Amino acid sequence: MENNAFYVALSLLLSLDSSLIQIVVLSLQVSLMAVSIAAVLGFPLGAAVALWQFPGRGGVIVILNALMGLPPVVAGLMVYLLLSRAGPLGEWGLLFTPGAMVIAQVILVLPILAALSRQKVEEMLGEYREQFVSLGMSRSRMMPTLLWDARFALLTVLLAGFGRASAEVGAVMMVGGNIDGVTRVMTTAIVLETGKGNLPLALGLGIVLLTLVMLINAGAYMIGELSRRRTG
Amino acid sequence: MTSLHTPCLDTSVLLTPPALSFHGVSFSHDEKLLLGPCSFTLDGIGPTLVMGPNGAGKSLLLRLAHGLLSPTQGRVVWSNEGAPRQAMVFQQPVLLRRSALANLTHALAVNNVSRGQRVKLAHEALDRFGLSACRHTPARVLSGGQQQRLALARAWALSPQVLFLDEPTSALDPAAIKAVEAAVLDFHLRGTRIVMTTHDLHQARRLAGDVLFLSGGKVREHTPAQAFFNSPVSREAQAFVAGELVE
Repeated sequence: MENNAFYVALSLLLSLDSSLIQIVVLSLQVSLMAVSIAAVLGFPLGAAVALWQFPGRGGVIVILNALMGLPPVVAGLMVYLLLSRAGPLGEWGLLFTPGAMVIAQVILVLPILAALSRQKVEEMLGEYREQFVSLGMSRSRMMPTLLWDARFALLTVLLAGFGRASAEVGAVMMVGGNIDGVTRVMTTAIVLETGKGNLPLALGLGIVLLTLVMLINAGAYMIGELSRRRTG
Repeated sequence: MTSLHTPCLDTSVLLTPPALSFHGVSFSHDEKLLLGPCSFTLDGIGPTLVMGPNGAGKSLLLRLAHGLLSPTQGRVVWSNEGAPRQAMVFQQPVLLRRSALANLTHALAVNNVSRGQRVKLAHEALDRFGLSACRHTPARVLSGGQQQRLALARAWALSPQVLFLDEPTSALDPAAIKAVEAAVLDFHLRGTRIVMTTHDLHQARRLAGDVLFLSGGKVREHTPAQAFFNSPVSREAQAFVAGELVE
């Protein structure tokens, strides 16, 4: 029975094991913070690329699209080099802290949010453009209108970004260090437990992670559906 | 200039809205001439109905006049300094994914109407177009007729001096068409210059003060409505009025 992963997952949850809670809370904190920062930067960036014509725009779109597939370990390595003692931002002393993990995840999530929102906003702009020009709107005035009108599509984009952040292990392992009680998150804990051969615990943690991600997605879906019905 | 025939209206009370002139305007795309060169002046009381078969360039002419497109050659000139306040109602109304009321307040906000005034003006416009009951309904779930009325209400709230309408009734049923035509006459009575495209002869007879007739990208005729319907000059217009299938 103790070797059954579902039993382990359930007993982990039911016992409200304090170290587990800490890991779960840190995982959520890091990923939600990263997604929030990436959204604040990425949505306007995506909308700006959709709205403005400038030299090299095609290149920017290709780069954003390509960065959606950036390997987490490469992002981790970049942040590691930046934040390491000898690195340009070494003075900040952020390496092996949750802050470093947030930075790494922002780098991973930002291209997803920017590239997908660029696509959604551009589609919507095609539909709205003549009306906007007719109303005498400048491009910078169109941006908030488009972002708000694309809100349901952007919620899905946000979830894709959150999925990337919460599922990722390579970058947070490298820049966080999987330090017990400081930077250990669900994914790094799973890697550790698997390495130690404690497969039921690893699997149990995996089930907890999956459940959390599903709950968040279900919540976002319901919020989206409710407001979609209210505002069309 | 002969007096223009305007049905059901006493035109003497109307102020003449800003005049619109095309000076040798043409529009080409991919080196293909789609419209013009055309020169005309709309300085009568209107409403001006732009007529002609499909592909004649009616919508193009409207977009050039409204400034949505820039002419390849020639100039679009208004009688007053700078372009007047203008609005356009499209064949397919373009409404934001928000409530009917929010669609209006948004349009007012981008036109720098103060926050307090926005809601008041929006409610007035919704009232006028019989949409008060659905002010909180998402604009996109309204019926086709209601959506077009909402687009008209949005234009109304902006009090334009010139209103362009591009086949506003072509997708609507008779009751909705009637409401739109009544709204167009309301705008006209308020002193707004109306420039509207249609390919419906009956509608043109009901609304037109003057007719601008296009075919093959050229203005064939610009005459008072009565003259146009009774004794069109150009061969194309004669065939069009007679109900022949003009290309």
